[in-house]
Amino acid sequence: MENNILEVKDLKKSYKEFTLNNLSFKLEKGYIMGFIGPNGAGKSTTIKLIMNLINRDGGEISVFGLDNIKDERCIKQRIGFVYDENHFYDELSITEMKGIIAPFYKGWSDKDFERYLKDFDLPPRKKIKELSKGMKTKFSLAVALSHDADFIIMDEPTSGLDPVFRSEILDILASFIQDEKKAVLFSTHITTDLEKIADYITFINNGELVFSETKDSILENYALVKGGKELLDDGVRRELVGIRENNYGFEAVTSDVKKFRSQFKGDIIIEKPTLEDIMLYTVRGSKNA
Amino acid sequence: MRIIISNSSQEPIYKQITSQIKKMIMTGELNPGDSLPSIRNLARELHISVITTKRAFEDLEREGLVETVAGKGSFVSQYNREIIKEKKMEMIEEKLANIVQESKSLGISPQVLQEMIKLLYEEG
Repeated sequence: MENNILEVKDLKKSYKEFTLNNLSFKLEKGYIMGFIGPNGAGKSTTIKLIMNLINRDGGEISVFGLDNIKDERCIKQRIGFVYDENHFYDELSITEMKGIIAPFYKGWSDKDFERYLKDFDLPPRKKIKELSKGMKTKFSLAVALSHDADFIIMDEPTSGLDPVFRSEILDILASFIQDEKKAVLFSTHITTDLEKIADYITFINNGELVFSETKDSILENYALVKGGKELLDDGVRRELVGIRENNYGFEAVTSDVKKFRSQFKGDIIIEKPTLEDIMLYTVRGSKNA
Repeated sequence: MRIIISNSSQEPIYKQITSQIKKMIMTGELNPGDSLPSIRNLARELHISVITTKRAFEDLEREGLVETVAGKGSFVSQYNREIIKEKKMEMIEEKLANIVQESKSLGISPQVLQEMIKLLYEEG
């Protein structure tokens, strides 16, 4: 049995001003992965490459153990894709649009779809162009969930969604992975409540992988460090990322809090970081380097 | 069964789960043979990651408090009373250590502390 729903290996894609550089990560079935990084980090490029919407320059992608280009048709039957840009026909109503999409999927269920429309408060007769951004995302999610998919990919799903619905998505996604056979990948450039349920976090910056690990181990190994500027000797600086100095002290993160604690003696504040802290300081660190 | 997760706590989430389940076992709120929610169900209910709940359950298994039967789920172990007593002693020791720490910082002597404990013991 194939345990990985997704495996990305040495993925390469070059544009004039941007290179996705040998990106590798994998996602096992039964889990949820958050794909984070600042705007322009390469998240959407990676997702488009997974969906074979653009051509790659190198590397391999397998979904359900199958090659994503050779077996594209078969794979896409089993992927529910939520995309942040509108890829529906503006002039059609929700029901009309569904009529076009449904025949593409062998596993389509009108019953599921109608239930989601109701759950998401989507009026079936409303035209796509009359939907708010949040409603379009909900529609897209309803479609993704109505064809018996085994893998949900969401590109920036939370943009335009209110906190109440974001919390509902947590329930929907957690329910989706209850049977241990499915997986979810979602990308985001702002850390949101969605990360609460993420098992793995893959962080890319500037087209390069920073880490792809369990969220728990990341939050355990990283720490936010604060103290007076007199503490910043070369040894301390080496252990820190994205140091921000102000008139009264400094703030930074360390990726190895145990080592930092054992090497550093002195008056310093070590705090539990959020993923946002880790992202922010790492991005700043790479800009200063 | 009640499990409350605090996001502002310094204690990692998996530890919050283990300590609350442990407490329920110690206090007899959960009895040997009682079934626990599935890892995935608990994660969904609490809006936390599956890996976090998995780790909490693994820790409880390692301590011999919980058993997982493939396909059936997790149960409170048929542990013997000695294990429970040991665990409870550990808990008391931990609490006493805190009290001793605090007493030290307030300059309370061991004799005075002993006297206080003796009095409380006799009152109870």
